[in-house]
Amino acid sequence: MIAVLALAVGFLYAMGTYLVLQRKLTQIVIGLAIMGHGANLVLLMAGGRAGRPPFSGAGSGFADPLPQALALTAIVITFGVAAFLLAMSYRSWLLRHDDEVEDDLEDRRIARRAGGSVEGE
Amino acid sequence: MRVLVPLPIALPLLAAGLSMALHRRTQAQRALGLVVLSVNLAATVALLVRVDGDGPIAVHVGGWQAPVGITLVADLFAAVMLVVSAAMVLAVLVYSIGSPRTADHALFFHPLYLILAAGVSASFLAGDLFNLFVAFEVMLSASYVLITLGGTRDQIRSGMTYVVISLVASTLFVTAVGLIYAATGTVNMADLAGKVGDLPGPVRSALGLLLLVVFGIKAAIFPLFFWLPDSYPTAPTPVTAIFAGLLTKVGVYAIVRTQTLLFPSDEGGSVLLLVVATATMVVGVLGAIAQDDVKRILSFHIVSQIGYMIMGLGLFTVAGIAGAIFYIVHHIVVKTTLFLVGGLVENATGTGALRRLGGLLHRAPLIAVLFLVPALSLAGLPPFSGFVAKLALVQAGMDAERYVVVGASLVVSLLTLFSMTKIWAGVFWGTPDEEPPLLSARGAGHLAAPRLMVAPTAALVVISLLVAIGAAPLYDLSRQAADALVERTPYIQEVLGP
Repeated sequence: MIAVLALAVGFLYAMGTYLVLQRKLTQIVIGLAIMGHGANLVLLMAGGRAGRPPFSGAGSGFADPLPQALALTAIVITFGVAAFLLAMSYRSWLLRHDDEVEDDLEDRRIARRAGGSVEGE
Repeated sequence: MRVLVPLPIALPLLAAGLSMALHRRTQAQRALGLVVLSVNLAATVALLVRVDGDGPIAVHVGGWQAPVGITLVADLFAAVMLVVSAAMVLAVLVYSIGSPRTADHALFFHPLYLILAAGVSASFLAGDLFNLFVAFEVMLSASYVLITLGGTRDQIRSGMTYVVISLVASTLFVTAVGLIYAATGTVNMADLAGKVGDLPGPVRSALGLLLLVVFGIKAAIFPLFFWLPDSYPTAPTPVTAIFAGLLTKVGVYAIVRTQTLLFPSDEGGSVLLLVVATATMVVGVLGAIAQDDVKRILSFHIVSQIGYMIMGLGLFTVAGIAGAIFYIVHHIVVKTTLFLVGGLVENATGTGALRRLGGLLHRAPLIAVLFLVPALSLAGLPPFSGFVAKLALVQAGMDAERYVVVGASLVVSLLTLFSMTKIWAGVFWGTPDEEPPLLSARGAGHLAAPRLMVAPTAALVVISLLVAIGAAPLYDLSRQAADALVERTPYIQEVLGP
């Protein structure tokens, strides 16, 4: 199981990173959410091998609860911030009717110096 | 007296809830904020006195003992940072109440501002890595909303960069916490201090580097600084000022804390930090020289100044770390003041663009004086606080025989002075190329500034002068704090028990 989980973590990070590097806001938001899932899986795996009971009365035979508590906290935080990001990209769409991330000020300046045309001006 | 430790977190958080309930009653919200943040300042001062006398204090919240429970630790470094940040938060609140066209009137400014204050305090007090993550998130969530409070197109554009880059850093932080827990079985920093040393070298380096990247993004060190100069200037002045003064310094604080407590004094780390510090100083100041807007120049200077703090840490000597702590204190005060003055200029003229400003020396001499003192201090001219801070760092660097980074820091000081004179010449001397509408509408007379905006700015200028006058005792305090950071045992014993 642990190998499957490790592969899943790698896959989630790869997919998240790819999406964050795109220019569409929705893709970035989804990418961040997927990367967050990867991070939560890492936390869960830090608790030890999979397959142990969540709690039991007898001795040390149960799964480590601390990483699960950490993962739970992290999930709640990611959820809240993702909601804010979505609200922000909606606002951006209302203002510009476009889903692309704009060039920042320095990029525009460099483009202007190079004599190219600047998008959105 | 242990109750003092959680107060700087609990007070603003509770007040934030109350302030939310008072929404639309702006006067009540203002009064509440002022009272609570004043009490907060008093509490942090009491805590500093206490810690200075008796050594670090740890509190196990909820009664669960370390390393499992939530631990808050106030050592000397944390206590100094708490006092400075509490003073800044209070001064900027007064400023924002006084300024006529700002976020103060936005519906949720006050609750968010209090949450931000609580988050900053929590970051300083956190005794384990995961709580540090939670504290960062509390602080950042508030900052996400504050930076986009107006909802204008510019704010959304630059706010997006800020939120996305912070989120990437947070994800990496969670990953680092998970990996550290997998490697050592604990996230409590005092416990980790003992266990990280037992890890194999490569694993330790990997974890150290990952944490450095995470905090490096928050602290805006080279090459992770690119988001800062673009996102800070678009926010309302009080917000920018408090971000500039405190948020990046929380990142620096976390770097200092983790590098001294968890990964002390290995040669490779020291060289890496010094290289990063040099690059941060140089790139930041070069960026500042290329700009032509007051707030953007100042934003690039934040980056440049972070380099000095990292330089002090990178020396890994008591003198170096003491210099870094002194520098952080000086920088928080001076940088916040400069942004507040930038806000005064914008409030009087309606713009911060250098080519549209000029001749304010005669029309607003008070603003000119308020700018001149912190500007010269930032550049490190005697007799101001920046001179003492830089002297401490340069001496520590010479003692450690790191001549390249010392040389770079001196050149960067000169370039800082150059770009400060650029603001001075652009804003206070000469005549503008094209007069801004607000300025010509006001005629040629004297420019007035609201008293409640000038008073906190002037108070901060006085504090920065006091930092210079009281340099000897303050440096002694920094030195003791650095001693405690390097020695580690009192901190660890206080948390884990003897």
